[in-house]
Amino acid sequence: MAWKAIDRITPADDDGDAPVLSEAVREKIRSFFPRYPEKRAALLPALHIVQDAVGYVSHRAMRDIAELLDIPPAQVLDTVTFYSHFWTRPRGRKVVVACRSLSCHLTGAEAVIEAVKRHLGIGEHETTPDGAFSFVTEECLGACEQGPCLLINERLHGRVRPEDVPRLLNDPDNDRLDVPRSDLYDGIRGPTGEMEGRA
Amino acid sequence: MSGFEPVLLRNVGVEGVRTLKVSESRGGWAAARKALTTMTPDEIVEEVRRSGLRGRGGAGFPTGVKWSFLPKDRKHTVLCVNFDESEPGTFNNRYLAEHDPHLVLEGILIAAYATRADLAYIYLRAEYHELFHILQRALDEAYAAGWFGADILGTGYRLECHIHRGAGAYVCGEETGLIESLEGKRGWPRIKPPYPAVRGAFGRPTVVNNVETLACLPAIIERGAEWFASIGTPGSTGPKLYTVSGPVNRPGCFEAPLGLTVRELIEGDDFAGGMAGGRKVKAVIPGGLSVGILTADELDCRLDFTDVLNYGLLGLGTAGAIVIGDDADMRKVLANTARFYAHESCGQCTHCREGTGWMARIAERIAAGAGRIADLDLIVELCGRMGMMSGMSICGLPDGAAYPIRLIVEKFRGELEEAIGRQPPGYTERYIRDRIPSVYALPVLQAGAAPARERAVPA
Ligand SMILES: Cc1cc2nc3c(=O)[nH]c(=O)nc-3n(C[C@H](O)[C@H](O)[C@H](O)COP(=O)(O)O)c2cc1C
Ligand code: SF4
Repeated sequence: MAWKAIDRITPADDDGDAPVLSEAVREKIRSFFPRYPEKRAALLPALHIVQDAVGYVSHRAMRDIAELLDIPPAQVLDTVTFYSHFWTRPRGRKVVVACRSLSCHLTGAEAVIEAVKRHLGIGEHETTPDGAFSFVTEECLGACEQGPCLLINERLHGRVRPEDVPRLLNDPDNDRLDVPRSDLYDGIRGPTGEMEGRA
Repeated sequence: MSGFEPVLLRNVGVEGVRTLKVSESRGGWAAARKALTTMTPDEIVEEVRRSGLRGRGGAGFPTGVKWSFLPKDRKHTVLCVNFDESEPGTFNNRYLAEHDPHLVLEGILIAAYATRADLAYIYLRAEYHELFHILQRALDEAYAAGWFGADILGTGYRLECHIHRGAGAYVCGEETGLIESLEGKRGWPRIKPPYPAVRGAFGRPTVVNNVETLACLPAIIERGAEWFASIGTPGSTGPKLYTVSGPVNRPGCFEAPLGLTVRELIEGDDFAGGMAGGRKVKAVIPGGLSVGILTADELDCRLDFTDVLNYGLLGLGTAGAIVIGDDADMRKVLANTARFYAHESCGQCTHCREGTGWMARIAERIAAGAGRIADLDLIVELCGRMGMMSGMSICGLPDGAAYPIRLIVEKFRGELEEAIGRQPPGYTERYIRDRIPSVYALPVLQAGAAPARERAVPA
């Protein structure tokens, strides 16, 4: 929506000349090539992997991806900026997404959104100064029966009431999934559990 | 529902049914075995055609007929499983796959075999994180057991199946937008023809089907086309997943034959169980946001492919009902609806891009208490241009925007006019003047109410 755009153009600070993707991340991206008749189709998986490992997709990372996939960086940028899921600048360690579509709206999303903003002290598309949280609203998250809902990284919280918000946001495990994971798209974690995305 | 045994949701609540072992013990994968070892692809296409199965993704196109459009002499075929599910009010695909991932995978295998596809992609929306892990692990298990990969069941048939994750765009649910996105591009829908059946993903003949459509296939193969066709109403055969959200007692996903009335769905004890908190129904958006809206007097509407048309709706859509209580402000419902389409229009086509944006701004102003009666006529006029002008837009999104927006204004005009009538005099003019007049120049100009100096015509 052109009249309410996120800033995706200003390059991120670390956008230097050296490659940013580690060999492990590159290898993970390459492992998706056999799935598609054309290498370019691995672009969305690549972006997911990079965002997961590095936290966001900088212009430098886009150039690295372009090189891997044999496509012009402009095509990577074109794809990145079309999708609301990808961040071109650093985001908070936890991204809180509030659903703003009709089902959640009718069950009280406005008050929940206000409560999140108040608790975090930030507005939409902003990140807290300590880098802990970013907050955005999105259209329907496909969990309408649980409205109003909040997605914190991968974990969905349903039937959130405004008074629940502080407790929910203070819970360190609020982004952990209960189901067993598949590591297919996940970033590469080193022995210490730290992400090893950068070269 | 008396006498109706769930078909798609029969495994809901069964302990461990996300694992292959429990799924098989409940009869899972038996239909795929039957299909691959005793039927030819063409026999399956014919069986599905005779079952009367129509697509559950929104358009309701007969599935067997769609498959028969594939060119006879094709070498490679791609099956795209549409799991983008972004239509507000819709979550049946998620609910189904969360509870019974193997049923979905079995449906995929049957559809792929019937269409002789060698590649299947499950296009899963990005926000379904938990479901991704559930589905991927089920897929890994099915692969290990030989249900995917080379030489399935010793028949020589080979199928590779992958989950392809989307990245947050409603328009990628449109079948050619999905294909573009699968190819790594922005999800801009393609001009048709060529239709995907002839030239789809990677230039290959491609079939795009919704998850629920595919989940119907095992039952059709196992119990036959006649059995399937005996469920539902004429022209709308089979079981259907209905979802209900909004202020009802039991929001959720329910299964019943096609043709359930909206009243039963909202008030029935086996379904949503009535309104919560002593509210009354004011309105229902019965099929996902894009189909339009029903008033409280229209709850006898049957949810199948034909009766909805008697109520001026676009179609059955996804049968995802959003219930609106008598405490809701229709101005806000209107603004929320209009904003959704303005946000999700991909921007390729002039009528869609400009029309959805104008309407969102007009509706936002009405909701802010600065509307005018003429705005209501303006919205209806814009809807007329934006939607049904055939051939002027590439995909169905503007139709899906025009129906709910126009029907909210038409069916709830009394309430909207009353709210506008209560606004303090002069507020609208102040509101417009205060907020960048040029943004509102065109709508204001068309409604004929702008002061002369604001009549800037955009370049
Ligand atoms: C803007 C737009 C969004 C759509 N979103 C979806 C979707 O999320 N899921 C879906 O199955 N179909 C969606 N469709 C319908 C698809 O284009 C297509 O008709 C459908 O996937 C075909 O599958 P079916 O025949 O099994 O229903 C959408 C259509 C449009 C125009
Ligand atoms: S009709 Fe709208 S959403 Fe569809 S292709 Fe055109 S601009 Fe994009």
